[in-house]
Amino acid sequence: MTSISVTVNGATRKHDVEPRMLLVHYLREVLGLTGTHVGCDTSQCGACCVCVDGLVVKSCTVLAVQANGSKVTTIEGMSAPGLLHPLQEAFWEEHGLQCGFCTPGMIMAADDLLRRNPTPTEEEIRAGLDGNLCRCTGYHNIVKAVQRAAGRMGQTRDTFTIDAMAGKTDEFPTPAAKH
Amino acid sequence: MHASKIASPLAVGRNVPRKDSAEKVAGAAKYVDDLVFPGMLYGRTIRSTIPRGRIAATRLAFDQRGFVVADYRDIPGRNVVALIEDDQPFLAEREIRHTAEPILLLAHESRDLLLRAHVEIGYERENPVLDPESSPTAFKSLAIDKGEIEDGFSEADIIIEGEYRTGHQEHIYIETNGVIAVPQDGGITLLGSMQCPFYVHKALKSMLGWSDERIRVVQTETGGGFGGKEEYPSLIAGHAALLALKANRPVKIVYDRAEDMIATTKRHPAIVRHRTGVKRDGRLTAMDIDIVMDAGAYVTLSPVVLSRGAIHAAGPYRCDHVRVRGRAMMTNTPPNGAFRGFGAPQTQFAVEVHMERIAETLGIDPVKLRETNAFRPGDTTSTGQILGEDCSALDVLRRAVRRSGFRTRQRRYAGTNRGIGLALFYHGSGFTGGGEVRLASKASLGLTERGVQILVASTEIGQGTRTMHAQIVADALGVPFDDVYPVQPDTSNVPDSGPTVASRTCMVVGRILQQCAEEMKTRLGGMTPREFFAAHGPMIVTSEYEGPSGIKWDDSTYRGDAYSTYAWACDVAEVEINPDTFEVRPLKLTCVHDIGKAIHPVLVAGQIEGGTAQGIGYALIEQVVMREGSMANAQLTNYTIPTTLDTPPIDVVIVENPSRYGPHGAKGVGELPIDGPAPAIVNAVRSIGIDLREIPAVPEIVMKAIDLGKGKTDARHVPL
Ligand code: FES
Ligand code: FES
Repeated sequence: MTSISVTVNGATRKHDVEPRMLLVHYLREVLGLTGTHVGCDTSQCGACCVCVDGLVVKSCTVLAVQANGSKVTTIEGMSAPGLLHPLQEAFWEEHGLQCGFCTPGMIMAADDLLRRNPTPTEEEIRAGLDGNLCRCTGYHNIVKAVQRAAGRMGQTRDTFTIDAMAGKTDEFPTPAAKH
Repeated sequence: MHASKIASPLAVGRNVPRKDSAEKVAGAAKYVDDLVFPGMLYGRTIRSTIPRGRIAATRLAFDQRGFVVADYRDIPGRNVVALIEDDQPFLAEREIRHTAEPILLLAHESRDLLLRAHVEIGYERENPVLDPESSPTAFKSLAIDKGEIEDGFSEADIIIEGEYRTGHQEHIYIETNGVIAVPQDGGITLLGSMQCPFYVHKALKSMLGWSDERIRVVQTETGGGFGGKEEYPSLIAGHAALLALKANRPVKIVYDRAEDMIATTKRHPAIVRHRTGVKRDGRLTAMDIDIVMDAGAYVTLSPVVLSRGAIHAAGPYRCDHVRVRGRAMMTNTPPNGAFRGFGAPQTQFAVEVHMERIAETLGIDPVKLRETNAFRPGDTTSTGQILGEDCSALDVLRRAVRRSGFRTRQRRYAGTNRGIGLALFYHGSGFTGGGEVRLASKASLGLTERGVQILVASTEIGQGTRTMHAQIVADALGVPFDDVYPVQPDTSNVPDSGPTVASRTCMVVGRILQQCAEEMKTRLGGMTPREFFAAHGPMIVTSEYEGPSGIKWDDSTYRGDAYSTYAWACDVAEVEINPDTFEVRPLKLTCVHDIGKAIHPVLVAGQIEGGTAQGIGYALIEQVVMREGSMANAQLTNYTIPTTLDTPPIDVVIVENPSRYGPHGAKGVGELPIDGPAPAIVNAVRSIGIDLREIPAVPEIVMKAIDLGKGKTDARHVPL
C-alpha cells in the first residue's frame, strides 16, 4: 500500500492504495465518482478522460500513485450542484449525446481542447476529439456542441441552472435538414 | 402541473430537450458498473478455449478460500437460455460447441484474486465446422416464391450473376455488458445493461424454475445496445443469479472489452448469390437469390434474422418472378445475434451492389436503372404484399440524386481517384409477419401527483425512448411535455411492452401509449390531470396492441404482409481512394430517409447520423478476424470503429410520408440507416473502376479486387 494525497474536484483526499491501482479505479471505487467511465481499458475509447494538473488524461492509463500531489478534475467537478458548465449545457442543447456513456469523457476532452484553443474550427474540434469514441451519435452533434460552448466560454456567463433548462422547450432549433 | 387555461404547445415534431440529458451531462446517470451493494462479490466466467469437443476434466488450481464456484449442476431449473429453440445452455455440461462458451462461474470479493484464479480444463477435441457453406446443419431454411422464376428467365434478354460477401460486425456499445444479481426475501433482482427486461425475466424463470413474482428485472442506464443487448444479457443475468443464490450475496458481472468482444454476439456474416434476368432497357424479369448466413453455434435469433434478411433480399424493386432461398448454418463459432438491421444490411448490400453491376453490364445509368424498377404504391413485394401510398422509393431516390448533385459530381470525379455511388433501400417496421399480434404488447399510463407517468418495458438505450414517448403522450392528452415523465423499466412495475428492438418502440409502443392517453383523456372528462388527481386520486390506464385490420401473413408459406409499413431511404456516398495504401476514405454521405413522421427531428437525425457512421465502419474498417473459430482481434486497438476523423459530413434529409399505423404517421427509424452506407460506399468505389463485391473493404480486399480486375481483359480503367 502507498499513501497518496490528491486534490479531486477541489477537495484534498488521502488514501492508502495498492501501487498498481489505476487512477480510474481510485476515482470510481475509492471515491465513488462514477461519472468517469471505463469503455475499453486499452486507452482507445476516452470514456475515462479526466483532467490532471490542467491536462486531459485517460485515467485508465495512469496509476493512482502517479496522481499523488496532483489536482484532478472529473465530470462531477465541472460545475457546482444544480449548475451546468457551458459544455454540459451545450451537449444538452445540441443533443451531443444519446446513451451518454461517452459523454463525460467527451466533455473533459472538449474542455481541454477549448482551454488550449478557445475558438477551434470544425477540423480542429474533430482532431482534438479523435481519441474519444462515440458509437451512437456519428459525432455531428458532439462537434456542434463544442462549437456552441466555444462561443460561450468567452462570455462571462459561465454557469447555467438545470431548472432554467427545463422550461426551454420552445427554444430548440429545428434542424435545417428537415424538409 | 400547469393550469389548463394555457393551451400547451404541441410537443410532437419539435426538438424538445431529452428527458435524460441532465444526469448524462453531469456524470450522474447510473450505469450498471456504477452500482455497489453491501457484501457484493464480483463474478467471473470461465470459458472454453477450443471451438468444439467435450469437457474431459476440470480442476480448480487455486486456493478456494473466499470463492464461490458454480457450474451446471447448480441450475435448479432448465439449463437453456429460453429464446426461440432453447438449445443454448447457460453453462456447458459436457459438449463444447464454440470458443468462449461458459463452463464455470467464480465469485470473490476481491477482483484481483478472482482474475488470478486459474482453472484447468481438459478437453477431448473434435474437428470444428468453421465454414457455413460446408456445415451439415441448417438451423433454419426458408423459401420465398413469387411468380414462376423460369418464366422470368425466359422473358429476359440477359442474365447477370454475382456473389457478395459481408463480414461479422461487433456492436461496440461503449458500455460493455453487465448485470448485478441481488438475492432478497426468497426472490432475486437482476439489474443490468439491457434492451429487453422481459426476455431476461423469461430466461431466468425457466432457469430457476421459479414463479413470475420471485424474479424482478430492472434496466439500469444503458450505454448503447444496437441489438447487442437484446438476447445476450439473459445469459449474463443467469450467471450472476446462480452465483448470487449460491453465495446468498449480491454478485456483479461486468465484462471487460476483450471478453465482451470475444464472447458476445455479432452480426451474421453472409454470402448472397444473385442470378437476375433483365431486359435490355433494364427492367427486371427474374430475381433468383440464395442466402447463406453463418449462425454460429446456437440458434439464438438466427431464424428471424434470416427471415428479415430474406424478405428484404430483392431490394425495393418490382419484379414479377422472385425466388429467395435462405439458410442459417451452424458453425463452431460464438453465436451471432441481433444487430441493428437484423439481416437486412447483408442482403441489401448484395442486391444494391448487384444492381450496380447490372447497370454497368447494360451500360445504363445506375439512377435510371433504379428509377425503372423502384417500387411504386400498388406494387407487390416478393411476399405478395401490396404496397400502399406510403411507399416512397422513387421519391427518396430522386431527392437524394438532386440533393447530392449526383450527376455533376459523377462527371467531376470521372477519371480521378474519387467516386460517387448510391443505394436505394427500405426497412420493415416492427416484428415480422404475425410477430406483433403474437407479442400482444401492453403499455400503461399512470396519473400521479407529479403528473403523468409512462409505464412501459421499452428501454432507453440512447435512441430517445423516454423523450419520444413523452412527446406522444403529452400531445394525445393535451398536457405540457414537462408533465409527462418516464419510469425505469422494472418488470415488477411495468407491463410487458415487448422487446426494444426491430424499430418498434415509436411505431408500435408509441401507438399503444397514444391509445392509453386517448382513453385517459376520456376518463378525465374535461378535468385537468391535476384537478382529477385532487378529486379522485391516482388512476392507471392500460392498453394492448391491436393488430391493424387487413394485415395478413402466413408463416408457413412466407406470403402476405411481412410488415405493416416500411421506411424508405436513399444514400449517396462520395469516396476517395488512396492509390498507395488502397484505403478508401468517405468524403460525404447524403441520406434521404422517409420515416413517416419525425416525432423529434433532432433525435431522428441522430439515429440516421449514428446508424450511418456504423454503416461506414461496416463498409470499410470493422473487420472481425476469426482464427480457429475465435475472434483474434478482440480489442479496440485492432478492431476499430469510426472516430471523429473517419466520419465525414452526413447530410440528413427527413421525408415525411405518413404511415396509417404509427403515431402521427411515424414509421421505424432505428435500423433503416444501417442498411444503406455499405452498398453506397462500395458502389462509389466501383465507379472508380474497382470490381468490389465484399465488405469490410479493408485495403487488402480493395487491393485484391484491383489485382483481379487487372487480370481481366474487360477490366474497366483503374486510374491508380
Ligand atoms: S477506458 Fe480508458 S480509454 Fe477506454
Ligand atoms: S452517446 Fe453513446 S457512446 Fe456516445
